[in-house]
Amino acid sequence: MQKPKSADASFALTTSPTPGSAKSDPILIADKIVRQFGGLTAVNVDHLEIQRGSITALIGPNGAGKTTFFNLLTGYDSPNSGKWSFNGKDLNGIPPHKVARLGMVRTFQLTKALYRLTVIENMALGARGQKGESVLRSIFPWIWRAQEAEIRTRATAILTNFKLIEKQDDFAAALSGGQRKLLEMARALMVEPEMIMLDEPMAGVNPALKQSLLEHIKELRTEGKTVLFVEHDMDMVREISDWVIVMAQGEVIAEGTPASVMGNKDVIAAYLGAHHDEDLSTSAEGAQA
Amino acid sequence: MLSVSSLLFLGSNASATETEAAPTKLYGTVSDKDGLPLSNIEITATGPEGFSKTVETDAQGNWEVSVLTKGTFSLTINQEDLPEGQSLTDPTKGTVKANVFSLGIELKLLFPIGPGVAKTSLLERSAQLAVDGLILGLVIGLAALGLNLIFGTTGLTNFAHGEILTLGGLLTYYLSAIVKLPVIVSVPIAVLLGAFISGFLQDRYLWKPLRKRGTGLIAMLVVSIGLAIFLRYFFLFLFGGDTRQLPQYAGQAGLQLGLVSITPKSVVTTIFGIIFIVLATLWLLKTRMGKASRAVSDNPALASASGIDVQKVIRAVWILGAALATYAGVIITVNQGVSFLMGQDMLLLIFAAVTLGGLGTANGALVGSLIIGLFVQLSTLFIPTELKYVGALIVLIIILIVRPQGILGKKERIG
Amino acid sequence: MDFLFVIQQTLSATIGVNTIIFALAAIGLNMHFGYTGLLNFGQAGFLAIGAYSVAVPVVSFGVPLWIAFLIGIFNSVIFALLLGIPTLRLRADYLAIVTIAAAEIVRQIARSATFNEWLGGSDGITGKFGKEFFDLNPFKSGLDTPILRFNANDLWVVIVGWSLVAVITFVMWVMVNSPWGRLMRAIREDEDAVRSLGKNVYLYKMQSLIIGGVIGSIGGFVYALSRQSVQPDNYGTALTFFAYTVLILGGAARVFSPIVGAMIFWFLIVFIEQILRQGVTNDLIPDWLIGVNQVGQIRFMLMGLGLMALMIFRPQGIFGDKKELALDAKA
Repeated sequence: MQKPKSADASFALTTSPTPGSAKSDPILIADKIVRQFGGLTAVNVDHLEIQRGSITALIGPNGAGKTTFFNLLTGYDSPNSGKWSFNGKDLNGIPPHKVARLGMVRTFQLTKALYRLTVIENMALGARGQKGESVLRSIFPWIWRAQEAEIRTRATAILTNFKLIEKQDDFAAALSGGQRKLLEMARALMVEPEMIMLDEPMAGVNPALKQSLLEHIKELRTEGKTVLFVEHDMDMVREISDWVIVMAQGEVIAEGTPASVMGNKDVIAAYLGAHHDEDLSTSAEGAQA
Repeated sequence: MLSVSSLLFLGSNASATETEAAPTKLYGTVSDKDGLPLSNIEITATGPEGFSKTVETDAQGNWEVSVLTKGTFSLTINQEDLPEGQSLTDPTKGTVKANVFSLGIELKLLFPIGPGVAKTSLLERSAQLAVDGLILGLVIGLAALGLNLIFGTTGLTNFAHGEILTLGGLLTYYLSAIVKLPVIVSVPIAVLLGAFISGFLQDRYLWKPLRKRGTGLIAMLVVSIGLAIFLRYFFLFLFGGDTRQLPQYAGQAGLQLGLVSITPKSVVTTIFGIIFIVLATLWLLKTRMGKASRAVSDNPALASASGIDVQKVIRAVWILGAALATYAGVIITVNQGVSFLMGQDMLLLIFAAVTLGGLGTANGALVGSLIIGLFVQLSTLFIPTELKYVGALIVLIIILIVRPQGILGKKERIG
Repeated sequence: MDFLFVIQQTLSATIGVNTIIFALAAIGLNMHFGYTGLLNFGQAGFLAIGAYSVAVPVVSFGVPLWIAFLIGIFNSVIFALLLGIPTLRLRADYLAIVTIAAAEIVRQIARSATFNEWLGGSDGITGKFGKEFFDLNPFKSGLDTPILRFNANDLWVVIVGWSLVAVITFVMWVMVNSPWGRLMRAIREDEDAVRSLGKNVYLYKMQSLIIGGVIGSIGGFVYALSRQSVQPDNYGTALTFFAYTVLILGGAARVFSPIVGAMIFWFLIVFIEQILRQGVTNDLIPDWLIGVNQVGQIRFMLMGLGLMALMIFRPQGIFGDKKELALDAKA
């Protein structure tokens, strides 16, 4: 696995703000990805690159195909055609768990906290290479006990950082919606990914928690991780992203720095065309893409 | 339906004491299709070390051969000795084998005997089986349509659906054989009663309260299993374990129509079955309530938000589904008689049909039903009749491997 | 009424052979359903495979009993693979339908005349296939006390059976409390989330199916050995459903629930049956209401009603805790 480079937001100044533009150091490259449901084309992405070590936002009106695109990239759905690679490794036909093992970990729009596991169990589950997860070795606790202790230590540290430590022995079902979003992100970090993909991390999160979530995402960039996130909250997009990609009707219609994209006429038309009453700065998406 | 199962079997019996030197007794009883013993039938046993012995059945039809060596023995019945009109149900099974691995035990062997089977051409048999298969498919389809509608609107995988068929059959039997109404009057009353009891009352007093409590789908599935067990044995308690025929039209002769023979009662019940399916489909496609039921299947929350009374739709679906399934039970009862196990025997075929067509797709259930019905019957051209359900279930599994969403189902979206 | 007899019969059944068989079947289901969320409706098929794998090789091919046990384990692993490969990638209800179908396939093949030379047809196999096992029986006579009664063979089966249950339960307890067990429970909650963490869900579900199936087939060994016979119709769907009843009685996803559930189940069944039987034979219950032969039917009716009531009013089981309720609104 390649060692992630340190954060470099300066790429944004040198990269051309046109759809499908080349990045100086892309971690993810997608080519000609098409996904159709019946006669409907949900995703049709000609070319897309994601810069390593950046925070990239993926925005677009409802039904633009953002979540479907996420599902395709992470192996949860397969495209009718197209290819894409992560760190130079072709991901065509790679199942979701292998995508995660390669270092690309995702979260879900509808939070998938494991309700009848405690918070700390949710966290420990994320750790890789656990000896105790082998069916034969699980019978002999002395084989995995030391490793389990290390995992718990790491999990506790992350939980402390995410201010979930007092909840560690509660069932995940007992958390609030926002806390579950936090837990899901924290759990994804336990996998030690190189790239993390967040599907609407802010949906349903109260304003107090929002700020700390933003800080956590920025921290990820400081640690050299790449972040790609789908979001409707334009304040958040503006505040933390280095680069913004806009999708509409399955296609990438614009990309660029937050400022340039939000002034882009095509983008405003796409939003207004799809939802006349939608304010660009509100976060509301009921039905998924 | 002709069944040869359980006529031919081999079992070993350990009731004898364990002295190793004791002989092993091979024995059996030869009787005709009505269970009457057949005497003076020659049976020849051959075995290892040139063992050969011929015996004849006694007045009770019993015979026995004692052997003192281990090994495989062959017992052959002399088919010429069988009286007029009686022959082996499978002429190639005139010899059965017995494996003797220990001495001092008893092994029982039977030869399957029934009325002589008239030889028919492959074409005639295929045509007859195809017609039988279509009728079976129709019966399955009537039941599957309701099961699928209920699954679509409520998410309930109803393991007690077969019992709706049984109740339909029992009601028909009660009205026709005990109240002595003509069948033609009994059937509509039975269907109405079935729709009311199995549809309206069942939903009103069991499933609706459970939905209100927020009972989970798997929990409801288990409740339906409990209900099925209760009803099955309740029917057994009331009705006994026999298969009973309706007295009216009992021995109706078949009409010869080209290659196939079919009874008038079968023709009439089938035609009404087709009419009911067409009416149900029209209801789904054309009426307000039918359209609403499809909307509820697609997205209950959205349907409810757009002003559809979801509970009312579900009630309608239950009543319709129960009426169709009751009529499926009526067809079986009129043509083959009714037993308390009737519904249970059909349930797996109904599930298979629904799965084959795609869970929750109404027209898929019908296609799946016809395929299962045809396959079950036509497969007997190649496999023993007793294994015809096995063949259908294996096909179900194979289709699931190739096309997991069913024949007409849509691929699911994730995320 | 002979109350002492009723008590003796009931208590003997509560810790008897049937309780052991159902406990083993339900321990397997607990692995599948309680811990992994797999809706296996074909547990009877695993028991049948276990029972026939003991009977057929010994009776029809003269194989030693101990080898037959190994054959049984092997066969149940194969059966689990056959069930799992096509269905574990599909939605939960497909597994339910395929497993119930597969168990019926096993039973119908076992009872068919076509294979009766080896499988014994609808009469099954009756024979001395437990000889090696019963030769080891140290008990020359059975147990006969006012409250418990077993013959010598049953006493031996009961002691060996409960030891097996104890060992299997202990291993299960260690496993479900390990990271492996945590992973299983996570799969029960949400497979997609577990996949997103880099775990091969398919592989783990297969492991669960195999382990639970093998435990079920060990139940089949006990079934066959204790009766010295196998009857195909004992392995119908009802067996699976009653194993579920046992599991839910005790409360799914708890290690001891199958044992507790099986004991309560057989306590109730035999107690009710004995009381009814005594009532009918002593003319306390009129003949027109319940005949002697109908006692068994009443018993099944009550089981059906009991399962419904349990699921509606106490889905977490008799001793369960609502917090970690194992039955959820997901399918």
